[in-house]
Amino acid sequence: MDISAFAAILISTVFINNFILSRFLGLCPFIGVSKETGPAVSMGLAVTFVTTTASILTWFIYDLILIPLHLEYLRTLSFILTIAFFVQFAEIVIQKKMPSLYKAFGIYLTLITTNCAVLGVTVLNTDMFFLKYKAVAGSFLMSALQGLGAGAGFTLAMLLMSGIRERLEYAEVPRCFRDVPITFIIASLMSMAFLGFSGFKI
Amino acid sequence: MIFRILTPVAAMAALGLLFGAGLAFALRIFGIKPDPKIFEILSNLPGINCGACGKAGCAAFAEALARGEAVPSGCSVSSAEARKALARILGLETEEKVRMVATVFCNGGARAKDKFAYGGIKSCKAATLLFGGQKVCSFGCLGFGDCVDECPFGAIKMGEDGIPVVDPEKCTACGKCVKICPKNLYKLLPVNIVYYVKCSSKDPGGVTAKACSSGCIACAKCEKVCPTGAIKVESNLAGIDPAKCENIGKCFEVCPTKVIKKRG
Repeated sequence: MDISAFAAILISTVFINNFILSRFLGLCPFIGVSKETGPAVSMGLAVTFVTTTASILTWFIYDLILIPLHLEYLRTLSFILTIAFFVQFAEIVIQKKMPSLYKAFGIYLTLITTNCAVLGVTVLNTDMFFLKYKAVAGSFLMSALQGLGAGAGFTLAMLLMSGIRERLEYAEVPRCFRDVPITFIIASLMSMAFLGFSGFKI
Repeated sequence: MIFRILTPVAAMAALGLLFGAGLAFALRIFGIKPDPKIFEILSNLPGINCGACGKAGCAAFAEALARGEAVPSGCSVSSAEARKALARILGLETEEKVRMVATVFCNGGARAKDKFAYGGIKSCKAATLLFGGQKVCSFGCLGFGDCVDECPFGAIKMGEDGIPVVDPEKCTACGKCVKICPKNLYKLLPVNIVYYVKCSSKDPGGVTAKACSSGCIACAKCEKVCPTGAIKVESNLAGIDPAKCENIGKCFEVCPTKVIKKRG
């Protein structure tokens, strides 16, 4: 239980196991909302907020409800329920209490409800930080940190992609490759670049 | 055996109920009732989200209207009847605004000389990046028609002489062409002003005359002949003050390069 284990989780989720570029989760917003840097970053921040809080919430659901009742096989169902509830709840509260924040990522919050990156983080948390249905030491903190790292990695990938696509506006792309096809090609090149991190041992 | 079925069902049902109740509770405490007025306003807006009002879209403009932060005439696209309906909903008096029409301030096109053969992307935006475009006149229209593509109403057509032509009937003065033109050649002009100087060149007269057969050479004949004093030649370019112009048309007659145009 030293601090380096936590640092390792953070670096690993942002670079080595980047959720978009190495695990291929959350690809729809990666293609759909990456045309301009502003909305891409808003989306990234909204995802970071949701992955972090969803990691915390689902840890409690898994540890306090599913494991004691031996219902581990229901984790996908209950996690989706939890995430959907939480996102809706957060949206209602933010709309009332912080209208400016709601304007910044209000529409993105609803999009995230059933995003695979969010569900992916929570499922990975239970895979990695529970041994034989028992929470490992520091499991809760590690889960929360993995949620935060996943969001940060997502934001990084979105920022890179939107930056490239903004430049691409000025390039003369062959007609048949315009828009989404060229974006897929760029995504694959970026993914290969990020594979360079995969040899790292922390 | 029966518990292996009942437990998961009960657990999931309880979880669902808990979350559902939580949401209902949250809505009761934090919920915001959408203003029915906003829906009514929205149904009277064009709904094409052109953004000419400066808001993110018609919905955002409707919200601003309901809060009293905007006036119906802020939407230059909606018709007079729609504006009246909006004013009725909001309980305001409408003031009739003079209709504006986008106007191109360049008469070059085929009449303006090229300084090199441009073979790049067919877009004014891209051409401007290369030495300010292919025309000798650094102020003039490049003629690739970015404005034609940008106009959401199909009001701009490329003329035969390489200068875009605005259809005043279709133009709603949304201002998109004003923003897109890299040479800033579009201005919104009141529709009742008939005469205008169709040039933006601030080069000295001799330079303009070499670059383009139809440019303002700042001879100031129009300035001298104007009885109302509406025309001033500033920075080598004649300009008509719409507030003083009374559509007399003497400037139109004396202009040696025929760059003062009459419309309508």
